[in-house]
Amino acid sequence: MDFFSLLYFRFKKVWKSVRLYLAIAGPGLVVMIADNDAGGITTYAATGAKYGYHLIWFLLILIPVAYYVQEMTVRLGAVTKRGHAEAIFESFGAFWGWFSLLDLMIVDWLTLVTEFVGMTAALGIFGVPAWLTVILVVLLMSVIVLNGRYWTWEKIALGFCLLNLIYIPAAFMVNPSLSDIVGQGLIPNLPGGLNNELFFLLMANIGTTIAPWMLFFQQSSVVDKGLQEKDIKMGKIDTFIGANITVAIAIFIVIVTGTLLNGAPIDDAATAARMLMKTNHYVGAFMAIGLFDAGLLGAICISLASSWAFGEIFGWAHSLNTKVKEAPWFYISFFITLATAGVVPLIPGAPLVLITLFVQVVAVTLLPAALVFLILLLNDKKTMGEYANTPLQNIVSTTIVVAIIILSTMYGVSALFPNLFQ
Amino acid sequence: MRMINQFFTKIREINQRYSKPTVEMSRAVKISLTVLRVYLFLLVVLMIYKFITVIKVV
Repeated sequence: MDFFSLLYFRFKKVWKSVRLYLAIAGPGLVVMIADNDAGGITTYAATGAKYGYHLIWFLLILIPVAYYVQEMTVRLGAVTKRGHAEAIFESFGAFWGWFSLLDLMIVDWLTLVTEFVGMTAALGIFGVPAWLTVILVVLLMSVIVLNGRYWTWEKIALGFCLLNLIYIPAAFMVNPSLSDIVGQGLIPNLPGGLNNELFFLLMANIGTTIAPWMLFFQQSSVVDKGLQEKDIKMGKIDTFIGANITVAIAIFIVIVTGTLLNGAPIDDAATAARMLMKTNHYVGAFMAIGLFDAGLLGAICISLASSWAFGEIFGWAHSLNTKVKEAPWFYISFFITLATAGVVPLIPGAPLVLITLFVQVVAVTLLPAALVFLILLLNDKKTMGEYANTPLQNIVSTTIVVAIIILSTMYGVSALFPNLFQ
Repeated sequence: MRMINQFFTKIREINQRYSKPTVEMSRAVKISLTVLRVYLFLLVVLMIYKFITVIKVV
């Protein structure tokens, strides 16, 4: 075989793999990029503003953390063809099933409120009134979901994922010093020592990386997309690429605020966008657009995670491949969750700070349970067969899960008792 | 009223359907579920304590 024939053969082989990946890609990318939701953008903006580039190394550690947890949902969904809620009900009984389902409903609804807060604040910067933002978002999301095809929904969601990359040009526009990023950011260090403030921010970063809805969403998404055992390898690659992109976006946000807002007190991403506009109008506008997009992506995934879970348990038709007539309750629950959460930011004097606090606390009750169930289910050899966790996977995933449980518990408890760790 | 009755019938049906856990109740599973119960109980106690202290202040 001559050189060009070999080259052509190799190209055909790679191209075939790429096409296969493009057909299967979606659940991992969407869930990971949607993980950078409105709350996540605020956390990363605050991290950069408070500690500059110093915590970039910590964000890099979150890549394997996010990947190892989420790839388990790919295997579980592809093998069992059941969503996470249904898997918990069936494997652990009605008590743990109801606990997870009701907890998920509360966490998802509260998180959805925070997404609407982010979106209304982001478009508020451009003069769009909050009520108009809520109506537009509810309409847009209904149109996306009501098209009756999972494929179309996924491609639109991937389009919004692309918009999330807006932080990359924003980071280049602020002309950061590469040597500072490498020197300060890539060498593990704790600026100012491990104090209460730094600890809280580190825990907040972990809290935004792994959220309970992500487990339920990705598993249901894998099932709805119809991934089979043979697709697991590509599903894992999809999740790995998604984990890298989500952390890359987080790092670019840290670079933006770390360069222009270093030392400024940042309570939310919208404040960061306004402050950025004073120094560089376009960077501020990019931050606001990114915040809106992050809230929208988060809202799309979170509301679907709840509807899928309800459909699985109540036995309703619950696929995006069904029309409204065929799955009325699936779409009604989606719309009710969305509309009720959207109304909250419009209520004058609504306790939005309390709601944010509640999200952190209630998530702490659901996340450990969902993660423990995940590991137990992945060790059920009767169901998982050759796709069950290997001893090495068990060591890695158990270590990660135990660390997440300890840190997220401390995060939740410190939200309840702010002076406890001082 | 009919809808509420239907709803509760559905809940009973779900409870019936998932009354028996299908996962093999090995020692590891039993220990994990017990630890989880204790963890959640402590967390609920903490939340109730916080709620009472907030109410007292108000």
